[in-house]
Amino acid sequence: MELHDLPKPQDLMNIDLNKPPETGWMDTPTVFRNGTYSYPAAGKNLKILGLANPRQWSPADEDWKLPENWKEIILQGMKERLEKYRSFRLFMDICVRCGACADKCHFFIGSGDPKNMPVLRAELIRSVYRNDFTLLGKMLGRLGGGRELTIDVLKEWFYYFFQCTECRRCSVFCPYGIDTAEVTMIGRELLNLVGLNINWVIEPVANCYRTGNHLGIPPHGLVDMWQFMTDDIEDITGIKIDLPINKKGAEILFVTPSGDYFADPGTYTCMGYMMLFHELGLDYTWSTYASEGGNFGLFTSHEMIKRLNAKIYAEAKRLGVKWIIGGECGHMWRVIHQYMETMNGPADFLEEPVSPITGTKFENAKQSKMVHITEFTSDLIKNGKLKLDPSRNDKIIATYHDSCNTARAAGLLEEPRYVIRNIMNNFYEMPENTIREQTFCCGGGAGLGNDENIEMRMRGAFPRASALRHVVDKHAVNRLLCMCAIDRATLTALCHYWAPDVTVGGIHELLANALVMKGEKERTVDLRGEPLGDEEEDE
Amino acid sequence: MNALFSLVSALIAVAALVAVSWFGVGAIGLDSVFGVIIPYIALAIFIIGVVYRIVDWARVPVPFRIPTTCGQGKSLPWIKADNLDCPYNTWGVIGRMFLEVFLFRSLFRNSKAELREGPKAAYASAKWLWLFGILFHYSFLIIVLRHLRFFMEPIPSFVEAITSVDGFFQIMVPTVFISDLLFLGAVTLLFLRRVGLPQVRYISLPADYFALFLILGIGISGVLMRNFFKVDLLGVKSLAISLFTLHPAPPPGIHPIFYVHLFLVSVLIAYFPFSKLMHAGGVFLSPTRNLANVNRSERYVNPWNYPVKVHTYEEYENDYREKMKECGIPVDKE
Amino acid sequence: MYNAGKIIIGIVIFLALITAPFWYNFGKASTPPKLEIGTQEKQCVESKAFMQSSHMVLLDQWRDEVLRVGKRIYVNSAGKQYNMSLQNTCTKCHSSKTKFCDRCHTYLNVAPNCWDCHIAPKEQEKQAGRSDK
Repeated sequence: MELHDLPKPQDLMNIDLNKPPETGWMDTPTVFRNGTYSYPAAGKNLKILGLANPRQWSPADEDWKLPENWKEIILQGMKERLEKYRSFRLFMDICVRCGACADKCHFFIGSGDPKNMPVLRAELIRSVYRNDFTLLGKMLGRLGGGRELTIDVLKEWFYYFFQCTECRRCSVFCPYGIDTAEVTMIGRELLNLVGLNINWVIEPVANCYRTGNHLGIPPHGLVDMWQFMTDDIEDITGIKIDLPINKKGAEILFVTPSGDYFADPGTYTCMGYMMLFHELGLDYTWSTYASEGGNFGLFTSHEMIKRLNAKIYAEAKRLGVKWIIGGECGHMWRVIHQYMETMNGPADFLEEPVSPITGTKFENAKQSKMVHITEFTSDLIKNGKLKLDPSRNDKIIATYHDSCNTARAAGLLEEPRYVIRNIMNNFYEMPENTIREQTFCCGGGAGLGNDENIEMRMRGAFPRASALRHVVDKHAVNRLLCMCAIDRATLTALCHYWAPDVTVGGIHELLANALVMKGEKERTVDLRGEPLGDEEEDE
Repeated sequence: MNALFSLVSALIAVAALVAVSWFGVGAIGLDSVFGVIIPYIALAIFIIGVVYRIVDWARVPVPFRIPTTCGQGKSLPWIKADNLDCPYNTWGVIGRMFLEVFLFRSLFRNSKAELREGPKAAYASAKWLWLFGILFHYSFLIIVLRHLRFFMEPIPSFVEAITSVDGFFQIMVPTVFISDLLFLGAVTLLFLRRVGLPQVRYISLPADYFALFLILGIGISGVLMRNFFKVDLLGVKSLAISLFTLHPAPPPGIHPIFYVHLFLVSVLIAYFPFSKLMHAGGVFLSPTRNLANVNRSERYVNPWNYPVKVHTYEEYENDYREKMKECGIPVDKE
Repeated sequence: MYNAGKIIIGIVIFLALITAPFWYNFGKASTPPKLEIGTQEKQCVESKAFMQSSHMVLLDQWRDEVLRVGKRIYVNSAGKQYNMSLQNTCTKCHSSKTKFCDRCHTYLNVAPNCWDCHIAPKEQEKQAGRSDK
C-alpha cells in the first residue's frame, strides 16, 4: 500500500474514540486488513540469526505454519520471563484498569481501536497470564478475566504487539509506571519463539548482525557513500574532508544510525557530523564494523539487543579509542543509555569521556563512556568553541519533535533545544501535551515504519501531525527537526500526508549550515543544495 | 468481556456475600463463625498473602535499569536537571516515589484526548480521576485509622484527634464523619466513571466491579450500623479487643448488620493478595519509577546476564578483507 | 531475593502496622468497662438495649423538644411519663458521670457535647451518698 492509496486525512480520521465495538474485547476477532500490518520475516533472515521456525507464511493466511507444540513453547516462554523480568511480572499483576493510559497512545487516538489502548494491549497477554499462572484465574476462568491461549489469541498478539511502537508514553501517565513497551517487548520475544516476526525488523537485524549495519552495506559500500557526502561537502564549502575510517588509536569512536548514510534527509545530518568534527580537528574515527548505532534487536528480543550492541564496545576495544560519541538516533539511545553498559559492560578499557576541545568531563557518561552528540555539541557552544552564523538558517522556521526514547528513556530534553536555539533564529515549540516527556511517536518506530503498514502508520502519526499542523498554522513552521534516524524517514511520510509544506531534518544538518568553517568559501547553498539567505524576499 | 456481564456478575457476588452474613448471623446465629473464625482466617490470609506476593516479586530480578524519564536528566552542570521527574540520586528517587505514592503524581498529569474537525487532536486537562482517587484513598485511610478506637485500648491520642477533626461539623447524632461522606462519594464516582466512560467501561472486568462493590458495601454497611441500626458499640469493641488480645469472645446480641460489615471487610482483606489491590505494594517495586536515571554514570548488573552469539570483527574481516583492502580500509590480518 | 534489604524493611513496616493492635493490646485483659449506675431503680426510661445503643438519639430528641418546642414531658413506650431533663431525670439515677457516662465514652472515643451546657452531677456527694446504702 502507498500513501496515495489512503483516503484523505479527514476521511481517514472519521473515527470515534468513545465508540468501542458492541462485542466485548475477548469476543472481537482480529482482522488483518491491508495497510495495517507488516509483512512477516523472510526465512533466510531468520536462518542467518538462528531464530526459530524459518518459513514462508503470511498473516492473511489461515495456517501460520506454527510448530506443533507452539502453545507449550509460548507458555514455557512466559514462565521463564515471569521469573526473569520483575517489570513483566509486576505489570501483569498490578494494573487496576483505571484507564488513565487509554487515550495516551497515538495508535488509539489515530485508530479508535480499543485494543490499541495500552491497558487492553497488555490485557491481551494478561488474560492468558491470569488463566495459566494465577490462582483466581485458574479457579474462575473467564469470570476471573482469564482466557485460554488459542491460535486466535496468538494472532491477536501478533497484530497488536506489532502495532505498538514501544514509545513509553503510556508509562508516563500510569500511576504505577506500567510500561507497555516492556509488555510489547516480552510479547514480541514470545512471538519470536514460534517464528512470528516481521521482516522490517528481522531483515535489518540480520543485516546488522552480518555487515554491521541495518542496510547490509558492506565496508567498501560504506566508504563509497561517505565519499559522496564528503564530495558534496566540498562542493558546498570548498573544504575537502578526509574521513578517518577504522582508524586505530583514535581518541574517539563515532557511531551513528546507518539510516543517515544513504537516504535524505538523514544524509544531511551525517554531513553535519563530518563538518563539525573536521572543523574541530577531532581525533576520531568512523567504523565499518560498528557502523550501526540503531539496534532493531530492541524490537526483537533482549538477547538480540545484546548480540547487536556487542559490536560497539568490541570495536572501541579493537581500535583502542578512549571513549565513544553517539549520533542522533532515538531507539539507539534507549539501548545505549539503558541497556548497553549492563549487557556488554563494564567497558574498563575505555576512559571517562573528556571533551578534547573544552576539557569538560562528561560525568553523566563516566561508566558507559558514551556521550550523546547533543551533549557534546551543546558543551562546545556553551564554551564558545564554535563560530556560528544562525542567519544562514533564516529561511527555516522550525519546531522540534522529541523522539520517544531520548525523551522518555534518557531525559535528553534541553541539550537538543540548546543547540537548536543557537544555530537558528526561528524556533517554535509544539503544544506542551505533545513535546518533551509527553511527546508523541512518529507512528513508525519499533520496526513499523514500513510501506505495507502505511495506513496504521499514518493513523499513529496523527497526534504528532495534529500538533505540527498547529504550529504550521500559527507560526508558518516549515521544518520539523528531530534527532532520530527513524523519525527522519517516518516523519517525512507523515509530513507528506498530513502537512505537505513541512520538510524534516536533523539538528546537526542545521548546525553545519550555521557553522562558519575555517577556510570555507562563501556559502551560497545549504547542505541540501538549496539557496541560502533571503533572496526570494528581496524580489 | 461484556460490560454488563462484568457488572452483574460482580453485583451478584457481593449481594451473595451480604446475604450469607446477614442470614448466617441473623437467622442461624453463627456469631462466632462470622465474628471470630472468618476474621482470623481472613487476616491470616491477608498478612501471609501480601508478604508472599511481595517476596514473590522480589525473587524476580530487575535485569535492566529502565526508569521512565519524565523530565530533564542530569548531564552538563549548567543544564538544570529535574531530580523529581528524572531522578539522578537516591533522594530524587525517594522524592519521586513519595510524590507517586502519596500524591499520585502520574495521575495528576492526566489529560483527555478529543478529536476535532480538521482533523485535530485536542487535549483537555482531566484531573477527575486523580481527584476521585485521592479522595477515595485518603478517606479510606482516615476511616481505617478512626477504626483503631475499636482495636486499641486505651485509645491512642492521635486516633482521638483524627476522629475529632473528622466529626468537626457535628451534623446529626451520632455525628456524621466527613470521611464517610467523601468515601462513599468517591467510590460512587469511581463506579460511575467506570460505567459512564465508554473506554473504561470497555476494559472493565468483573474483578474491577467486584472490588468497587465490595468496598461500597463495606462503606454502606458501616454507615448503616452507625447511623441507622445503632449497633451496640460496647459489644463491638469488646469483640474487637477480644480478637486482638487473642481471647476471642463474641458478645451476644450484636446486630447482624455489623457482621455483614465485618464479613465484607474479611472478604476484602482475604481477596486483597490475589487481586489487583496488590497495586498498593506493587507501586513501590515498579522499575520505571523506583530507579534513578544514572544509567551511563553508574554500573548496573543483570544477575542473569549470559554470553550471546555475536558476529566478531574477525569473522567480519574474513568476509570482506579483500574489498576492505581495495578501498583503503586498514585490516587486522593482511 | 533481589533488593532484599529494602524489601525486607518494607515488609517489616507493613507487618508492624498491620499487627500493631495485637502488640498494643498484648497482655491486657479484654474486659469492657463496668458501668456503675448508682441507683436501685431497675428500669430506665426505655429498654436497656435501646438505651445502650440509642441513648444519644433520645437525648438529642429531648433537647430539641425542650428547647425548640417547649415540650417537657416524655411518654415512653410503656406509656410512663418522664420529665425530659438530663440533670433532673437522667443523672438522678446515673449519678456519676465518671463512672457511668465517661467509662463507656472513653472506651469508645465518643465525645458528646452534653456537658458543654449541662453541669455534671457532683461526684463527691453522690459517692458519699451511695456508700451509705
